[in-house]
Amino acid sequence: MKPTGKITGAQALIKSLEMEGTEVMFGLPGGAILPVYDPLIDSSIRHILVRHEQGAGHMASGYAHATGRPGVAMVTSGPAATNIVTPLADAYLDSVPMVVVTGQVPYAAIGTDAFQECDTVGITMPVTKHNWLVTDARDIPTIVREAFHVATTGRPGPVLIDFPKDIANQSMDWYWPDGVDMPGYKPNTKGHPKQVKDAARLVVQAKRPVIYAGGGILKARAAEALKAFAELTGIPVVTTLMARGAFPDQHELCLGMPGMHGNYTAITALQQSDLLIALGARFDDRVTGKVSAFAPDAKIIHVDIDPAEQGKVRRPDVPIVGDCKQVIEELIKATKAEHNKHPQADISEWRTTIHQWQIDFPLYYEQEDGGTLKPQFVIEKLREHTPDDCILASGVGQHQMWASQHWQFNHPYTWINSGGLGTMGYAVPAAIGAKVGRPDRMVWAVDGDGCFQMTAQELVTATAEKIPVKIAILNNAYLGMVRQWQELFYEERYSEVYLSPDLPDYVKWAEAMGCVGMRVDNADDVVTTIEKANEINDRPVVIDFRTDYREKVYPMVAAGTSNDDVILHPALNEKAR
Amino acid sequence: MNVTFNARHHILSVLVENKAGVLTRVAALFSRRAFNIVSLAVSPTEDERFSRMTIVVDADASPLEQIVKQLNKLIPVIKISEIAHDEGVEREMMLFTVKAVADTRSQVTELSSIFDAKIIDVGYEAMTIMLVGEPDKLDAFTDLIRPFGIVEMQRTGRIAMPKLARQPIRLRAVKSIRG
Repeated sequence: MKPTGKITGAQALIKSLEMEGTEVMFGLPGGAILPVYDPLIDSSIRHILVRHEQGAGHMASGYAHATGRPGVAMVTSGPAATNIVTPLADAYLDSVPMVVVTGQVPYAAIGTDAFQECDTVGITMPVTKHNWLVTDARDIPTIVREAFHVATTGRPGPVLIDFPKDIANQSMDWYWPDGVDMPGYKPNTKGHPKQVKDAARLVVQAKRPVIYAGGGILKARAAEALKAFAELTGIPVVTTLMARGAFPDQHELCLGMPGMHGNYTAITALQQSDLLIALGARFDDRVTGKVSAFAPDAKIIHVDIDPAEQGKVRRPDVPIVGDCKQVIEELIKATKAEHNKHPQADISEWRTTIHQWQIDFPLYYEQEDGGTLKPQFVIEKLREHTPDDCILASGVGQHQMWASQHWQFNHPYTWINSGGLGTMGYAVPAAIGAKVGRPDRMVWAVDGDGCFQMTAQELVTATAEKIPVKIAILNNAYLGMVRQWQELFYEERYSEVYLSPDLPDYVKWAEAMGCVGMRVDNADDVVTTIEKANEINDRPVVIDFRTDYREKVYPMVAAGTSNDDVILHPALNEKAR
Repeated sequence: MNVTFNARHHILSVLVENKAGVLTRVAALFSRRAFNIVSLAVSPTEDERFSRMTIVVDADASPLEQIVKQLNKLIPVIKISEIAHDEGVEREMMLFTVKAVADTRSQVTELSSIFDAKIIDVGYEAMTIMLVGEPDKLDAFTDLIRPFGIVEMQRTGRIAMPKLARQPIRLRAVKSIRG
């Protein structure tokens, strides 16, 4: 594009963000980023003023999860930059596309320990896919273009642009680059045809195959392709924590979530399979348990766009580097071609075995009449009384596992959580970001009382910006997951896990933040309160559900043990041999 | 310090963009992924847009394949070549100051000349010597000179080039894994 006159670096930055299609950004101004906030007034970009920079980062992440578009956040230098490190690390582990702009002290002052100076590029290097320090205003359009390209292509991830204050005030001739020129960055999206063919051969021969679907399915927009492949072959599908919704839970081939708190069937199907078709999954320790004992008889087909995931944990028999959607589509063709030569191996016995596990070892809890409120019951009722495409966000801990287990996910992009980093406090800001991106959808967050206290102040943002999210706190007055481990593995020696059910008073706190606050302490009021919350669309709602602190997440595979040793709910134990 | 060559040591010749902070990115990656660097040398290349890093890694301590793949993910990394021990020419330089009083000076000088080392500074009771050669040769010389009393020693870390001529090119481009 030809130059169209002189503008400031700050204007160039905003204009570049607009050129990249940015509709909304989450941020909070401060000294070093001040010049950029001025042209923002005249921009088409909606800015959401957060109450803490961590909130801006998680909102951008929730927005990206819900929309598939990169989330954009902008904060100032120093403490603001360090506050956004957690969301960057979170997005890096969960491969969430994000572009974060941080202010920086003037270029000449870098290294002098100036006010609100920190080495943002150095600090964020290990938690971003790439980052840039702008040293010349003329580079701004090129850097922004590269930043969005890197964030959204290949294995997506967060990137950061560090923007010194004097660069914002420099003038430059505006231009917009036609593309990017990055000789060291050329992600491969198309799987190798020979590898795909080899994979298809294994697929038709396997007698106990399982599809191990990971978050890469969602990142590649491959849910349709996955469904077509599963239905073509009749192979059952497990969906990891990051892939919940990538394959509908109500589908007869869906086995649900595997892993440390997965269901017995999903864990055991992986464990006893003779072929694992890993699609956009990374053999995380929470899924494999003890790696050396994981799926010992299985051959592995591993499809991942990141070559470094191939063989990182488990050596694949057929590695395929490529975009999940493209590779699955090719795999469907190759499997059909293979079907023309030989019929697919009979897997009906395997399917029957799996089905029997589903009958014998279901997820289990018991809500007694008039008894203490069970957290699983709340989640089930919430699911029953929300639209099928309702978006659910969660924090990290017991409530997250119960939500993943008991919610029926039937659509992609309806589940937003912090899987890799396990960031407590993720739910509230992520739900806000999701609602901003998908105002047409109902957005609920299931949160824990511990998590809620970490980022609740963003509900002030939600009220001020009229973002009507709904928060269900499963308040068991404990850091529940830690309590569970102390109960099971530390001889019930409870160390620093008690929080109190009514300090703070969540209803009053919600009201102080401009939300509607409600409290439920028995099973009878659950549905009516949820329905009341669903009626409210002009402000956020917080419901304080007082749940049973003794309830634990089952099944469980203890850390470092084999997936053969699933600990079931005590009431189901007799059935397990 | 005596860096003897170990069969598990691999030489990676890494072509990177000649931009600020690239060395930090590479070093940070090694620390983030708990990979061990045995030695690292960085220099400009014939093309000013690029620099070359010669990294010797201990593949016993960390899997070479992961090191290469993770390095490849760094955006300023253009190309990684692994040079196997017998397929490249390697050189390293060493500077050291050794005690050389009147009655040992001639012995130190003699030893230096056997190894083709160069005396580049002479003091009242010490000499500074430079030796360029294969790392094994540097190791051997260090062992022999040590009894005289090494005051201070520095090694550059090795640099390497693939062997030329006669045979077909043996430079194995690991980056081609990407296809």
